[in-house]
Amino acid sequence: MTRDIAVVAFAQTDHRRTSEDLSEVEMLMPVLHEVLDRTGLKTADIGFTCSGSSDYLAGRAFSFTLALDGVGAWPPISESHVETDGAWALYEAWTKLLTGEADTALVYSYGKSSPGSVRDVLTRQLDPYYLAPLWPDSVALAALQAQALIDAGHTDEPALAAFAARSREAARDNPHAQLRGPVPHGDHLVRPLRTGDCPPIGDGAAAVILAAGERARTLCPRPAWIRGVDHRIEAHGLGVRDLTDSPSTRLAAERAGAFERPVDTAELHAPFTAQEVVLRRALRLDDTVCVNPSGGALAANPIMAAGLIRIGEAAARIHRGESDRALAHATSGPCLQQNLVAVLEGDPR
Amino acid sequence: MSKEPVAVVGIGQTKHVAARRDVSIAGLVREAAVRALADAELTWADIDAVVIGKAPDFFEGVMMPELYLADALGAVGKPMLRVHTAGSVGGSTALVAANLVAARVHGTVLTLAFEKQSESNAMWGLSLPIPFQQPLLAGAGGFFAPHVRAYMRRSGAPDAVGSLVAYKDRRNALKNPYAHLHEHDITLEKVQASPMLWDPIRYSETCPSSDGACAMVLTDRAGAARAPRPPAWMLGGAMRSEPTMFAGKDFVSPRAGRDCAADVYRQAHIADPRRDIDAVEMYVPFSWYEPMWLENLGFAAEGEGWKLTESGVTELDGDLPVNMSGGVLSTNPIGASGMIRFAEAALQVRGQAGEHQVDGARRALGHAYGGGSQFFAMWLVGDQPPDA
Repeated sequence: MTRDIAVVAFAQTDHRRTSEDLSEVEMLMPVLHEVLDRTGLKTADIGFTCSGSSDYLAGRAFSFTLALDGVGAWPPISESHVETDGAWALYEAWTKLLTGEADTALVYSYGKSSPGSVRDVLTRQLDPYYLAPLWPDSVALAALQAQALIDAGHTDEPALAAFAARSREAARDNPHAQLRGPVPHGDHLVRPLRTGDCPPIGDGAAAVILAAGERARTLCPRPAWIRGVDHRIEAHGLGVRDLTDSPSTRLAAERAGAFERPVDTAELHAPFTAQEVVLRRALRLDDTVCVNPSGGALAANPIMAAGLIRIGEAAARIHRGESDRALAHATSGPCLQQNLVAVLEGDPR
Repeated sequence: MSKEPVAVVGIGQTKHVAARRDVSIAGLVREAAVRALADAELTWADIDAVVIGKAPDFFEGVMMPELYLADALGAVGKPMLRVHTAGSVGGSTALVAANLVAARVHGTVLTLAFEKQSESNAMWGLSLPIPFQQPLLAGAGGFFAPHVRAYMRRSGAPDAVGSLVAYKDRRNALKNPYAHLHEHDITLEKVQASPMLWDPIRYSETCPSSDGACAMVLTDRAGAARAPRPPAWMLGGAMRSEPTMFAGKDFVSPRAGRDCAADVYRQAHIADPRRDIDAVEMYVPFSWYEPMWLENLGFAAEGEGWKLTESGVTELDGDLPVNMSGGVLSTNPIGASGMIRFAEAALQVRGQAGEHQVDGARRALGHAYGGGSQFFAMWLVGDQPPDA
């Protein structure tokens, strides 16, 4: 017997280029309060808490321990942490709720990219013996992928520019976005990618609340039911992967039930324009699907929170009645190495 | 709601040493994983998902190393989840993996935790910068020594108790081929004559810095029925966290630890842990934490834990053996240390613990903690499946 589990609330910060004036805890606190307020729950009412973040962004070991102070973990709480995007924290919380050991879960994640050079920082997640010593940065690796897609005839530079323009136009309606409206497409940063093909670097946090069964209905007028979640990882070495494809995304989507019926909305975690080309093909999204109505990661990409935000944005559209069946995607690692897909549905209207 | 029972059918660990210069990080983790698969008589193809944990990424200087380790752990095309809950991570990682089986999301899961401490200096990796923590907080010992002092003052424990624990654990380690420290000439006098590092903690009462990995294969009822060796059954498991510092925090006996143990005992129908549990692997990085955790985990009344230690109850041949493997005091690849506790508890109830086997161990507790005594993870395993 399985349980129905839903996203019942979502909150996020305004994403900004820098938040020097705030500690991570100070950045996170308002989001935690907001998401709890939306359901009327208090920390002590939550059955399980799980977060996602990265010490390398904070520049110190055990940075998540201080964020826990912001949650107010007293009396002690049942809690865990993943050292990656909060979408995977949501996955851990979802499995916890499936076991029946908890009926509600708080999931949050955050990242401040502003204190360092995020392009340099992300090189440290590469193979430490063969790849990391060469310091290939995240934009250079994404450019390799973009060039492979152009060479394969899947896209071209004007098409990529159109992805960027559409995303930032959509972000006009998103008060939290960092980049919105007409954004200059700019010069080449690493060919073939121009600045406009790349995500903004910024700080931000997000939180969602999950609830099981009838509990979800009491907390949210139209819960976003999680019909399936799955995530898959690929080989790390870029030389052994076809960068024009994402078999892990396709497999995760299949296992999450994404192909069983059409979706009307897709929130994709594609920090670089060319990655949307890969994801659209892997997820079989055509023009009938509203892709990234929030503006996506091209409008705001707080690392470690951007994937959780995709799930939150998809759920929020269901809450508001703007979607009946939505797909949310999160990614981790260079050139879409690891991918998570969640399928969310509202009750029939 | 019914949960799927979770069984441990494979356990593997590396020989823990100060520096494994002969292998990469990938080579280290693969060694433990291959041994766990061999113990379960399974292949990589039998594994549905991988759950991996380690303590801070700064210890090896690799951000999110699970990305690079996907190939080495046969995870390509599979779900791979990374857990990080400070020193308790090895235990939390096993519990997250167990939940995947309990929730019936996956049938068979490989879980693994590791640390290759020789890649850096954990002492300074653990010395957090001001203004976040108090200054002059040199490593974990600097943080924990005042709390040991508080325990001694509160309980009236004699000064010698800490050295008794270290002497016991180091002797137990001689029976464990995987333990890092094999001090064949250990004596109580040597422990007591070792240099004072963080008063009252002496050099020989602290854990070493180790390179090592530990892996387990967890599976469902059907998987357990096919297992070649007796499985260990998970009878209860829980995590609890509390804030790092606040006015009401009891560093000697944190409430999160007490609540976590109570939850595990409730799940496992343990009425009296002292009587109902046969062996304990607890996270004791500094010797005095044995008596402190005996109280926190409900094996002794407040202020009485040191009496169990002093009277020999926690010796390998005692009434309640603690850290039969030699414990964290003999082996400490930080990120793996919690999982080693969980795995050693499972080895005991499977009857596979070799020279450090406790005769007739039917129920064993694995315990881990981390951060500023704020994160706790525990499981209780038995030789019989849960009744439910």
